[in-house]
Amino acid sequence: MKRLVSLAILSAALACGTAHAQMTDGVIKIGVMNDMSGTYADLAGPGSVVAAQMAVEDFGAAAKGLKVEIVGADHQNKPDVGSNVVRQWIDVDKVDVIVDVPTSSVALAVNEIVRQKNKVFLISGAAASNLTGDKCAPTTVHWTYDTWALANGTGNAIVKTGGKNWFFLTADYAFGHALERDTAAVVEKNGGKVLGRVRHPFPATDFSSFLLQAQSSKAQIIGLANAGADTTTAIKQAAEFGIVRGGQNLAALLIFLTDIKALGLETAQGLVFTEAWYWDMNDANRDFAKKFSERSKGLYPSMVQAGVYSAVTHYLKAVHELKSDADGGAVVAKMKSMPTDDKLFGKGTIREDGRKIHPMYLFEVKKPSESKGPWDLYKVRATIPAEEAFRPMKDGGCSLVKG
Amino acid sequence: MFEIFGIPSQALFGQLLIGLINGSFYALLSLGLAVIFGMLNIINFAHGAQYMMGAFAAFFLLNYAGLNYWFALVLVPFMVGAFGVVIERLFLQRLYKLDHLYGLLLTFGLALIIEGVFRNNFGSSGLPYRVPPTLQGGQNLGFMFLPNYRAWVIVASLLVCISTWYVIERTRLGANLRAATENPTLVRAFGINVPRMITLTYGFGVALAAFAGVMAAPIYNVSPQMGSHLIIVVFAVVVIGGMGSILGAIVTGFGLGVIEGLTKVFFPEASNTVIFIIMAIVLLIRPAGLFGRRA
Amino acid sequence: MTTAATPVTAPAAQTSSRSVVAAFVVMVVLLLIAPVFIYPLFLMKALCFALFACAFNLLLGYVGLLSFGHALYFGWASYVSAYAAKAWGFNPEFAILAGALTATVLGLIAGSLAIRRQGIYFAMITLALAQMMYFFAVQAPFTGGEDGIQAVPRGYLFGFINLNDPVNMYGLVLAIFLAGFLMIYRIIHSPFGEVLKAIRENETRAISLGYKTERYKLVAFVLSAGFAGLAGGTKAIVFQLASLTDVDWPMSGEVVLMALVGGLGTVFGPVVGAVVVVAMQNYLAQAGQWVLVIQGVIFVACVLLFRRGIVGELANRLRIKL
Repeated sequence: MKRLVSLAILSAALACGTAHAQMTDGVIKIGVMNDMSGTYADLAGPGSVVAAQMAVEDFGAAAKGLKVEIVGADHQNKPDVGSNVVRQWIDVDKVDVIVDVPTSSVALAVNEIVRQKNKVFLISGAAASNLTGDKCAPTTVHWTYDTWALANGTGNAIVKTGGKNWFFLTADYAFGHALERDTAAVVEKNGGKVLGRVRHPFPATDFSSFLLQAQSSKAQIIGLANAGADTTTAIKQAAEFGIVRGGQNLAALLIFLTDIKALGLETAQGLVFTEAWYWDMNDANRDFAKKFSERSKGLYPSMVQAGVYSAVTHYLKAVHELKSDADGGAVVAKMKSMPTDDKLFGKGTIREDGRKIHPMYLFEVKKPSESKGPWDLYKVRATIPAEEAFRPMKDGGCSLVKG
Repeated sequence: MFEIFGIPSQALFGQLLIGLINGSFYALLSLGLAVIFGMLNIINFAHGAQYMMGAFAAFFLLNYAGLNYWFALVLVPFMVGAFGVVIERLFLQRLYKLDHLYGLLLTFGLALIIEGVFRNNFGSSGLPYRVPPTLQGGQNLGFMFLPNYRAWVIVASLLVCISTWYVIERTRLGANLRAATENPTLVRAFGINVPRMITLTYGFGVALAAFAGVMAAPIYNVSPQMGSHLIIVVFAVVVIGGMGSILGAIVTGFGLGVIEGLTKVFFPEASNTVIFIIMAIVLLIRPAGLFGRRA
Repeated sequence: MTTAATPVTAPAAQTSSRSVVAAFVVMVVLLLIAPVFIYPLFLMKALCFALFACAFNLLLGYVGLLSFGHALYFGWASYVSAYAAKAWGFNPEFAILAGALTATVLGLIAGSLAIRRQGIYFAMITLALAQMMYFFAVQAPFTGGEDGIQAVPRGYLFGFINLNDPVNMYGLVLAIFLAGFLMIYRIIHSPFGEVLKAIRENETRAISLGYKTERYKLVAFVLSAGFAGLAGGTKAIVFQLASLTDVDWPMSGEVVLMALVGGLGTVFGPVVGAVVVVAMQNYLAQAGQWVLVIQGVIFVACVLLFRRGIVGELANRLRIKL
């Protein structure tokens, strides 16, 4: 019996002892984890893996003597699946950096594991703003966007253009509540008014009852504090019930390029929302989008995938300068100390709390008559300058922020 | 204009109507389950998946064969019903001598397979399907704007439900069916092909689910998981109504749709759970269900 | 459930108990040396699910009641354990017990509703009640909705054994599993268990013999829920996470699959089934959603061709009891 126990101890030691991979073994291993087959497969999914590969190629890793490997995994939007994959990646497969991870629930789980194991976590797909707030970690950088930035961008712009009275359609779970709370705060701060709200079950198939309640509230703006299929279904049914024709407007608080594509311009036209990146804004973006779509079945890159490209690029720069990827905390510290600069997001910085800072944009969906191609979907309504786009560091409650 | 519990009566009428629309789907699906259960003594867990197949089939017909909604409404029940017939012949038939629970397990497995295959091929974000042009727009009823299509849903599902009830309860074919449920050996002795009757009944039940799927395509998201969300609620509906009677299934379906609709106004937080709570109460008071006979 | 589910081969009593003891020793030895070769976290997951499947099998395999909502007890126990450990700072052993206790109470409530109907209705009612509690879990503030309860501390067992050490954690999981396993074995082979089997074979006759079968069924249901809760609470501590996956209906389906694959109404079947299913999920993780399809195919294959399950088939071939 004693021998058996000692065998078990030995084995466990073997399993854990090798967790400290050094780059000296010559390989930087990037793990792209996201939803490869579910709701977010098109806006992140295999496309994020392609974006990471393009970043490695454009960085010229091979020429600089860095050996980089990319692995991908599907977390099926389940925190337990995601945390299992990440533990195994770090313990067994020696992955050095986890990238993307849409769905806040999974990102929050991964955040804790990466902190424990001192690796690096670059978030592009997840939205929860507490990843740089009370849940912030010295090993995490939140790259592309967050709920605060979306609520702020959309809420601000709409109130300023006269949309003063709001009614919220909120998904009844933590994420929906947070989105509603953040947006309502922005609306009220700018002199707008929240006339009411209704919490719909998550997920919901039929919104007609809730839309009727929104309609009878006579609010100018119906804010959709939900995500994914809930948002698109609500927009579709709002069109059916003549909400927009009746003079009320919808504001989607979290929506992506691929959602708009799926809805079609006929249904989605006029919708206003905030994003961090759009492929048709400048030549560099267009060039990237063209190459990207050739490698991913004709899909155009979303802001999440562009964020993956940008984040991986900056990570490689930092590791190249440090000449080591062993200590996740040190790599992230290096990333924070260097200004960011890449062809998609331009120049920017990473704050102490792990928040990447860059401008955000307010977009409007084009009318079918304005669109010149299958992916010609947005026009820019306004630019939110970098210094106003994200939550001030002191409001986040991040423990890494001194003072 | 008067108010009921602080809600204007106008809004309330609107919500009642909307409850009736959702109830249409509950009624169609629980009717299909009841028909299958009556004949095969099997609870068809794949019912939700077959409903989903109906919606997808409508999508395919439109996009690959150019056949519009009206064709789909007629063709799809036959297509998916034929699929059901194949399943009955290949799998279910082997289980009639065993415990009924095996039928549940088998159809559960089938539901997983069907849903998984669709999810792998079409993702889960859903596919667009338009309201047919003839039914676009809506009527202003004064208390609400009623889209034409939703009005059509109520009418069509009532028609289908009532004709099904009529065929089973009032015609010779229905009489044979009911007799075969009671005593298959005796009915067979009269020269009626009972196994074929069973097969066709299953096909018909599946066709009802597919019909509901086509009806749902233009208003709900056509997505692989649309059925599994619904089927568990429909199970609760069936437990509440009791599967003893066809009429019971229909009435309970519409009734619970309305109750759920009202919950969305007065206490939206509970709108997902209200049907389950009603189920628990019914079990306490009338364990056999509202229309059920005590087994 | 008819006899088809559980082939009774009627071996001599002595050989049967001897074969069970031998198999038990083999299992314990395997579990003790397994961490040398296999990723310990994977083993711990398999053990939690093995206990869960054993608990489920107590109900389906020995009373003939198909509960299609066992995720309710597994999942809610994991929420309560996680919350107790994280928010109230419970020691792990008390956190797990709190979870198991919650599951027992929930089992009492759901069970007393569900046993009012038989057969297929029973299955549908358990499923519907579980779904109702799933929706509560989505909305209730303390469960964290979609995020679940994260960063649950493993803490110190009895206040001084550090569970962040994988060896200690594995030891605890193994101990809980073995304790649960032996207790379930004891229940099945007690006079109480004999009455349960009588109900399974012929409830009407059991009633005519003067047994209050409803009461027996309820007690079995509550016990099964309690053990499922024990498994769920342990899982929450091991993975430091309680999430919606554990309360959702596919989890209820999974545990049915485990028991079915391993062999309903066998002592070791659920353990083997759980290991097979968990291994499949682990090694097919790259296949993503195909896992669902494969599970479905196994379901169909088991029901049509392989109703005895792995262990049942093996026992039948060797003419022993396992």
